[in-house]
Amino acid sequence: MNTMRLGIAALAAAVSLNVSGLAWAADKHVAVTQIVEHPALDAVRKGVKDVLAEAGLTEGNGLKWSFESAQGNAATAAQIAKKFAGDAPDVIVAIATPSAQTVVATTSTIPVVFSAVTDPVGAKLVADAMHPGANVTGVTDMTPIAAHMALVKRIVPNATRLGVISNPGEANSVSLVSLIEVEAPKLGMSVVVAAATKSGDVLAAARSLVGKVDAIYIPTDNTVVSAFEAVVKVGNEASIPVLAGDTDSVKRGAVAAAGFDYYDVGRQTGKMVMKILDGANPGDMPVEGVAKSDLFVNLSAAKAQGVTLSGDLIAEAKEVIQ
Amino acid sequence: MSQIAFLGAIEVGLLFALVALGVYLSFRVLQFPDLTVDGSFPLGAAVCASMIVAGADPYLASLVAALAGAGAGMVTAWLNVRLKILHLLASILTMIALYSINLRIMGRPNVALLGEKTVFTPLEALNMPSYVALPIALAILVLGVKLSLDWFLNSEVGLAMRATGVNPRMARAQGIHTDRYILGGMALSNALVAFAGALFAQSQGAADVTLGVGVIVVGLAAVIGGEALINTRAVWRATFACIIGSIVYRLAVAGALNADLLGLQAQDLNLITAVLVTLAMVLPGVRIPFRKKGSTS
Repeated sequence: MNTMRLGIAALAAAVSLNVSGLAWAADKHVAVTQIVEHPALDAVRKGVKDVLAEAGLTEGNGLKWSFESAQGNAATAAQIAKKFAGDAPDVIVAIATPSAQTVVATTSTIPVVFSAVTDPVGAKLVADAMHPGANVTGVTDMTPIAAHMALVKRIVPNATRLGVISNPGEANSVSLVSLIEVEAPKLGMSVVVAAATKSGDVLAAARSLVGKVDAIYIPTDNTVVSAFEAVVKVGNEASIPVLAGDTDSVKRGAVAAAGFDYYDVGRQTGKMVMKILDGANPGDMPVEGVAKSDLFVNLSAAKAQGVTLSGDLIAEAKEVIQ
Repeated sequence: MSQIAFLGAIEVGLLFALVALGVYLSFRVLQFPDLTVDGSFPLGAAVCASMIVAGADPYLASLVAALAGAGAGMVTAWLNVRLKILHLLASILTMIALYSINLRIMGRPNVALLGEKTVFTPLEALNMPSYVALPIALAILVLGVKLSLDWFLNSEVGLAMRATGVNPRMARAQGIHTDRYILGGMALSNALVAFAGALFAQSQGAADVTLGVGVIVVGLAAVIGGEALINTRAVWRATFACIIGSIVYRLAVAGALNADLLGLQAQDLNLITAVLVTLAMVLPGVRIPFRKKGSTS
């Protein structure tokens, strides 16, 4: 009995060794670490995987794909980074700032491509966005705020006071709000910021803006976007146009957004991964900003929130929601 | 599991052993269910990271981080003993307040430490990779903390603190100022947790305001898990159990991360961790009746 068990164990070990040996010899290994499962971050991951697939790399066919989510826990993110450092993949893709920081702290040799990081220089992932130098490069998801402010002004030309709702606990939101505070006054708008530290606070934050602002702009803030309907409700009740930093929110009742799709951010990331798999050195690849931008408009939201959208704006839109 | 992943689990386990020792002090010694740690862990990280970025010495920054944690613990204790707020609620109040305070301290939600001089920088001079040097250094540090804590809990002050936790009315009858010992014990507990937060930020390259999520759960899992693995009748065994419990928990996480062979996916991580921790707690107990049967026959 014992010998039989031993035999089976030995056989299993031999088979697994054999299989993994074969797999490791030829396959490109891409390891993805993500701080938490979240629609935007999942879209980034899908974008990366699709680009690899289009280049002929699919799982079991030239690609070893590892994916781990820290499920929101910083200590787990640290352990994922260490696991990947030990597995020594060809490229580590780190999605969102905390995951990227712990990977960069763990390895200085394995190529790292970060994605959906707003401020890679502030997060010390790279010293210089144009010349990263070391083993790290990636794609930022920094919103083109200046363009968004111009869109606000185009849709609500007489806006002089702009309301912004954000969570002061989100790193990305803080940098977006400080950018808004620089860009909006250039177009003659003062900024009123309302804080919501959790989704449940968004309705109250939106209500606090009524009477104080001519338009509301919602940046790509995870907390506020998750309760976007609350902002739309206030916008409809008080006839305040609501604009968003992401296009998904247009379907949920924002008047318009010139946003990018996180899937496209992922595709851009995937292209950088491909270059590295083909032999490029991450240190020579400048950090990329979001390349693709689409205008979405929502006609019924415009009506409910008391604005008329010009014909050429509607013509420009990639998607018009009735 | 690769060597780096294994040693990484030990490293994170040792860091969280400091949290477990802090939680042991509040939950077990003082019988004070304290959720402040979800705030004091990132508090330590925030204070330490902000000071280092401002150019302070990392050792001084880690010490100040521990002191800040002590302050947070004292606030919780003060809310409880002076304002008579229920201990659980007092600690929740401090915890949520610390979220705002941590944001104030850092000025932003994330302070990066990558490339800064930290307490771990001298280890780079050693002739070994950092994934080996770091766990060794931490093991020495945690052992030192454990031995100091053992000594303290058997000193006159420590015995009075234990008496305060076991039977406050009796302790008062013996002339022990229980309020003072609760204040002191909570300060020490949260100082340890904040110190762990400071070290975590320095080893992982950043302090983030979300670092505190679930720290109390992990700390409690380590304390209770350790108690299941090791007989904790003596204090030195209980503190040892905290360290073992924390490392076993981290090894379970590392094991769960390597469980993809079984068709398990990333989203199953927490479930697998829970199952592995359960197995680690139950399996040693299963063996005992088996051995007894063998010896009688």
